[in-house]
Amino acid sequence: MAFLFSNCILHLNMTIFTDIGRYLLMFKGMFSKPENGRMYWKEFIHQCTEIGFGSLGIVAIISVFIGAVSTIQTAYQLVSPLIPPSTIAQIVRDTVILEFAPTLVCIVLAGVAGSRIASELGNMRVSEQIDALEIMGINTKTYLILPKIAAALLMIPLLVVMAMALGIWGGRLAATASGIISGSIYDKGLLEFFVPFNVIFALIKAYVFSFIIASIPAFYGYYVKGGALEIGRASTKAVVISCILILFADYLLSALLLPT
Amino acid sequence: MIEVKNIKKSFGDKTVIEDVSSVMKAGQCNLIIGSSGSGKTVLMKCMVGLFEPDEGEVLYSGQNFTKMKGQDKTEIRKEIGMLFQGSALFDSQTVEQNVMFPLNMFSKDSHKKKLDRVNEVLNRVNLVDSNRKFPSELSGGMKKRVALARAIVLNPKYLFCDEPNSGLDPQTSLVIDRLIKEITIEYNITTVINTHDMNSVMEIGNYILYMFEGNKEWEGTNKEIIFSKNQRLNDFIFASEFLRDAKDMRMLEESGKISNDRNMEELMHKDSASLVPPTED
Repeated sequence: MAFLFSNCILHLNMTIFTDIGRYLLMFKGMFSKPENGRMYWKEFIHQCTEIGFGSLGIVAIISVFIGAVSTIQTAYQLVSPLIPPSTIAQIVRDTVILEFAPTLVCIVLAGVAGSRIASELGNMRVSEQIDALEIMGINTKTYLILPKIAAALLMIPLLVVMAMALGIWGGRLAATASGIISGSIYDKGLLEFFVPFNVIFALIKAYVFSFIIASIPAFYGYYVKGGALEIGRASTKAVVISCILILFADYLLSALLLPT
Repeated sequence: MIEVKNIKKSFGDKTVIEDVSSVMKAGQCNLIIGSSGSGKTVLMKCMVGLFEPDEGEVLYSGQNFTKMKGQDKTEIRKEIGMLFQGSALFDSQTVEQNVMFPLNMFSKDSHKKKLDRVNEVLNRVNLVDSNRKFPSELSGGMKKRVALARAIVLNPKYLFCDEPNSGLDPQTSLVIDRLIKEITIEYNITTVINTHDMNSVMEIGNYILYMFEGNKEWEGTNKEIIFSKNQRLNDFIFASEFLRDAKDMRMLEESGKISNDRNMEELMHKDSASLVPPTED
């Protein structure tokens, strides 16, 4: 039993190290001179549209509701008459900027954009489309993966900035609609004790998460083997691992960059 | 001409190809045949560089493709067209965009010139009025023809076809086979076809390489195949009673004992009564 267990652990370790090695090699193979700059640019714009505009709706809905719920729950917990009501706006602002907009939105994007990237590449691999590109003399890692990562690095931070604004606006909407605080008090609270570094910190997180969201699914999709079932499995695995890595990176960045 | 020298390929403990050497002749249809799992697809993938052989080398017109890196390899690859088993068309692109893709990537011609070339090759594969269609709107045979058009759009020197008839009815298979044959002659391409369709072997195979369990079992022309004494080859090629009869007939034709000028029209008129199927009472 102990032997079997140790064997399983060894196999798991080997798989993890093999995957890490292949992931790094994928990056090594990704940087080569494009065969035709215009085609790569077209692909980059296409990916920007897919990742950015394709996720706009879900990001907007989530952000508004997260902001609204934050306002109501903060008001519910702040029962002391000694705390000024504008504090609700401060708390909503900081939670949305520091955590909800970058982390929650990126976890949702790992599901939306990540699964799309993994299944698109997986389908291309299984149906030999990647092989067809290779035969044509195209570096498929550069043509298929690099534009996706570049597009994610451009569009996801923009989505996060939009999520910040919409989350704060959603909080204001809930505050005024349910009569918790007036709009003017909320606006006053937003300007109190504002730390600009929080926005920079959120953007650093957004960039790190964007890289995870695009590169992990691209890796699992690109190297998929088998048929339709394996594409589904690769897509699920990509989303799960992306989410875990996002949470891990979130903790690491908070511990390293936020003064406590 | 493509030379394959002492190719060996293993996956883990399993050796798929053991020391295979052959020469694929220019301007001819070279067929790699063999039962499923005999290593013919792996051999083809080693030839086009999708797999790296463990040992041996592949030479394109004398240039060692296996040892090439970077730009040199890309240059050879630009001279290769490949028709995949599942066509490998880009789902999100129309027929026109699929065929134009290699041109957009590698040609500096104007859009008008590229479009003319696309229409020319689509016409060549007898596919007109399908430019705006997506692969999902095409039949299996049409997909193969689009894939063939895409494979030849850059005027390749070498054409590889991986099981071009798989999933097609016999009549469409024949159309695809003849198209490949005509294109091979017309453009003077070195064509390598991987198949287990016996009709293709007899119809278009100028030169045939028979693989058995990762080894080269037999090679020769499609005329020689009729007279081959290789038992494994005979068991594989002439597996059914019908094919054995066809072989006997072809042997008689080849040896001149019977005429191969069959006038079907005359036959139809002469024995028209006997060709009417009996009615069921």
